[in-house]
Amino acid sequence: MILAEAIEVSRRYGDVTALDRVSLQVTEGELVGLLGPNGAGKTTLASLLTGVRRPDEGRVTLCGGDPRDPRTRQALGVTPQETGLPATLRVGEVVDFVGAHYPNPVPRPELLEQFGLADLAKRQTGGLSGGQKRRLAIALAFVGRPRIVVLDEPTTGLDVQSRRGLWDAIKAYHAGGGTVLLSSHYLEEIEALADRVVVLGRGRVLADDTVTAVRGMVGVRRVSFACDGEPPALPGVVAVEQRDGRTHLLTPDSDALVRALVASTVDFRDLEVAPTSLEEAFLAITDSSDAVALAA
Amino acid sequence: MSTLALVHARYQLLETIRIPIALIGSAFFPAASMLFFVVPFAGDDPVAATYATASMVTFSIMVSSLFTYGVGVADDRSQPWDGYMRTLAAGAAPRFTGRILAGMAMSLVSLVPVVLIGALLTEATVSALGFVLGVATVFVGALPFTLMGLAIGYSLPLKAALVVCQVIFFPLAFGGGLMSSPDQAPAFIATIAPYLPTRGAVELLWAAVADFEPDATSLVMLAVWTVVAGAVAVWAYRRDEGRRFR
Repeated sequence: MILAEAIEVSRRYGDVTALDRVSLQVTEGELVGLLGPNGAGKTTLASLLTGVRRPDEGRVTLCGGDPRDPRTRQALGVTPQETGLPATLRVGEVVDFVGAHYPNPVPRPELLEQFGLADLAKRQTGGLSGGQKRRLAIALAFVGRPRIVVLDEPTTGLDVQSRRGLWDAIKAYHAGGGTVLLSSHYLEEIEALADRVVVLGRGRVLADDTVTAVRGMVGVRRVSFACDGEPPALPGVVAVEQRDGRTHLLTPDSDALVRALVASTVDFRDLEVAPTSLEEAFLAITDSSDAVALAA
Repeated sequence: MSTLALVHARYQLLETIRIPIALIGSAFFPAASMLFFVVPFAGDDPVAATYATASMVTFSIMVSSLFTYGVGVADDRSQPWDGYMRTLAAGAAPRFTGRILAGMAMSLVSLVPVVLIGALLTEATVSALGFVLGVATVFVGALPFTLMGLAIGYSLPLKAALVVCQVIFFPLAFGGGLMSSPDQAPAFIATIAPYLPTRGAVELLWAAVADFEPDATSLVMLAVWTVVAGAVAVWAYRRDEGRRFR
């Protein structure tokens, strides 16, 4: 059964197009990662699927219904942004308040225990540390025993230990049959959790594939060197750039590229191989025709 | 009324009570007006003091409704928590109702100083029946201002909502004749007052606590303001999707 679906969805803010004819399906029991740089449209897509906003064009469904209908959202769990917790309410009160919206909420002690918040039940949320707030925010997504949770960048700004703790909670929910749509701009996070990745860039779906396949696309490295004359034609290059007398080549396989470079007659100096940021990788695949073919 | 509305009201009140100074804000201005204007000028005349106290009660209700809902809602909408609440399994009704219940409770609390000053420091009097009728009337009179506040809060960003509330409460109070006794308002105010919601609200209250015959135009206009403000509030809520950026 399809639990979340977007069909040819577009959404604009004034002149800015946040989503441009995006289609996506999440089936029951899947853990789908939504990967993209800042501004790719991840949050907008999440807000359409959770009923916060309305698409300008196209259609979204949640568990077969309209996500803007509150009854549909009884099967949905969402995480608030960490900065959004009401500062004067206590941890236990926030959990009770959210739980009151669902027919069969997880009992408060059980939920707090699971997310390591049991000692903090009486604290006001304004007094929690960043990591504690984040744990509470994620716990709230699970209060109502949801069939599907939509987590928008759940671990941004967390230390490694807290991040792993939250990954365990998400994995446990998924192992129990839960469906997850998780957005992130960390490839590492998607790799740790998801089976399938949807890559979003500039409001469009660039790829929808397995983690391994997408890693090949966005795990791009930069091979740069100085040389005189025209840049050589080499295999596996997705983007070429020349500035300050150096040639920069972006490639998913830097080993093969360096071998080819050495074997060629190019007279290069100061060879450097460096990882690229996800942003750079996206720019590269957005511009290259290979990426369009992959996304099709 | 659903239990969910009560849940929303309860947590709204909890949030407000944890910052008690907010309560003092809405109670201060009407109480201060009582002390500076009503007690020295009308305190010795039972009829004038009763009318003036009722005027200040209406004033208090108007100010606290406009600010609680207008500024309060605009402020909430600017918080990420509001976007999250929209993902919970509750529609508009429990949130609207919960907010109004909590606002009414806060308004009643902010009335206590005005009523106490009226009772203890002036000659204002009211029968037991008049008092009960008066409390019921307060709820009716609060309705247009509550809806105006919601309309402002759901259609404007916080800073704009604050300015609009500050700009309109003053002409509503003076224009509606809250600062003058029923038959001694300046001619210009007597002309415009029936068309302002404050007039209908205060006339209802005067009729409840004293011997006063409300004017038909004022009451019809009170109903018109209530319906229009309600329509704008619902429209603004429906089109609202949190804070917008262009």
